[in-house]
Amino acid sequence: MTLLQTQNLTAHYGDFQALFGVDIDVHEGETIAIIGSNGAGKTTLMRSICGVLTNAPDAVTFDGAAIGSVPADEVMAKGIAMVPEGRRLFPSLTVEENLLIGTYGRAVAGVWDLDTVYDLFPILKERRNNPGTALSGGQQQMVAIGRALMSNPRLLLCDEISLGLAPVVIKDIYAAVPRIKASGASMIVVEQDIGKALSVADRVYCMMEGRVTLSGTPETLSRDAIHDAYFGKAA
Amino acid sequence: MIWVNTIVQGILLGGLYALFAAGLSLVFGIMRLVNLAHGDLIVLGAYLILVIVTLLGLHPLLAVLIAAPAMFVLGWVLQKYMLNRVLGDDILPPLLVTFGLSIALQNALLEGFSADSQRLPTGALASASLDIGGLSVGVLPLLTFASAVLVVLVLNRIFYTTSLGRAFRATSDDAVTASLMGIKPANIFAVATGIAMIIVTIAALYLGMRSNFDPNIGPARLIYAFEAVIIGGLGSLWGTLLGGIIIGLAQTIGAAINPEWQILSGHIAFLVVLIFRPRGLFPRATD
Repeated sequence: MTLLQTQNLTAHYGDFQALFGVDIDVHEGETIAIIGSNGAGKTTLMRSICGVLTNAPDAVTFDGAAIGSVPADEVMAKGIAMVPEGRRLFPSLTVEENLLIGTYGRAVAGVWDLDTVYDLFPILKERRNNPGTALSGGQQQMVAIGRALMSNPRLLLCDEISLGLAPVVIKDIYAAVPRIKASGASMIVVEQDIGKALSVADRVYCMMEGRVTLSGTPETLSRDAIHDAYFGKAA
Repeated sequence: MIWVNTIVQGILLGGLYALFAAGLSLVFGIMRLVNLAHGDLIVLGAYLILVIVTLLGLHPLLAVLIAAPAMFVLGWVLQKYMLNRVLGDDILPPLLVTFGLSIALQNALLEGFSADSQRLPTGALASASLDIGGLSVGVLPLLTFASAVLVVLVLNRIFYTTSLGRAFRATSDDAVTASLMGIKPANIFAVATGIAMIIVTIAALYLGMRSNFDPNIGPARLIYAFEAVIIGGLGSLWGTLLGGIIIGLAQTIGAAINPEWQILSGHIAFLVVLIFRPRGLFPRATD
């Protein structure tokens, strides 16, 4: 069953058009990866889905309802949680408060609560009374993921969760993905790291210059096809 | 002994200034909005209490229980339908709008209540005093100071132990990311201004019981409030209380030396603090 669908999604920043008719869909329980280079429109796509950017009403549908023009706080209440690019923890809040505020607009019982998030990322329990921004980059990313999970979302958007982190730390973060999938949430993972993206995704979309240039399951996509979709065909 | 008395009276006077300032501090801390009509809203609150006292024959201390919820609603509506429209990256539009509001309030009060100065009927409380270790301390100043401490305690409790407080701090940090948590910044701001108006009503109560007021005294209250907020450090409520006390002390000590120096001493104390601590005594770490 289709959980989320975008149809002919366009997005603009003033006069600049960032997305040119993007069509993607996510099925219930599925994890999809969106790969592409800087400026391909991946983050714009995430911001359009979660309501920070608003669009034509039926450009985005979630669980059958048109949410393209619904503001972010109401999209979140419907069950789409976002791990924003650059983590965006609240500096005035402790680690635990950062997690708790994830339930502000949507407090539904489910797999995820403080205990299960601390079980997923034990280091956060040790540091729960520190200010969120006093943690290392990888730990901050764990807080950002935990914060999004606290609302027990039906769809979790992860925007560049490996950005700026050391490979060993990225490995720790991605080790959590199978458990998140097992909890039943659908996921969209935005990545520049193609290998990481292919390893966790059921299906992959590749974007370039505001358009989807390739899609398919990781097994069916050849390296050359991804290369062409990522960088454009060599002339 | 005279000096001890002066210092005690100064600290207690600081409680009144802290009450003037706490609402301003709260609103600035959450939405970076400097409300230039703050002083006039205090005066409006005093007139509202006066009307309730006159119509219902209540003591001001009881009338404030009716006035405070009404002022909360006024603050909520004011923020939601007027101030939220001008909040943004540019700090000038909110300044202009609240400046206009200040003038409009003064003139509306002048029209409704004339320029005659008024006072809340306080009865025996106005002159009641306690003998503490040889010092004669007024009950009303003591009540004022206790209310200021209580207001700061309650606000801090809301800020640091409730879900609403987390939302206040998160919205203040980053409104876009707060909206990803399901928070509607516009509503959070409206609630914050509503709470600030409750504090304004408490400040109005003591203003009206302790001194005369007329429609034009708002801007001077704003100055004291503003100085207390700046001395304490923007966004720190305990700092605001201390800022109020410093101004109260400076004024009382100045007046003890020469009565002409009372107001000036408060302003000088403000400038001295700014010279040595430009960001105030307890600036928030994350500004």
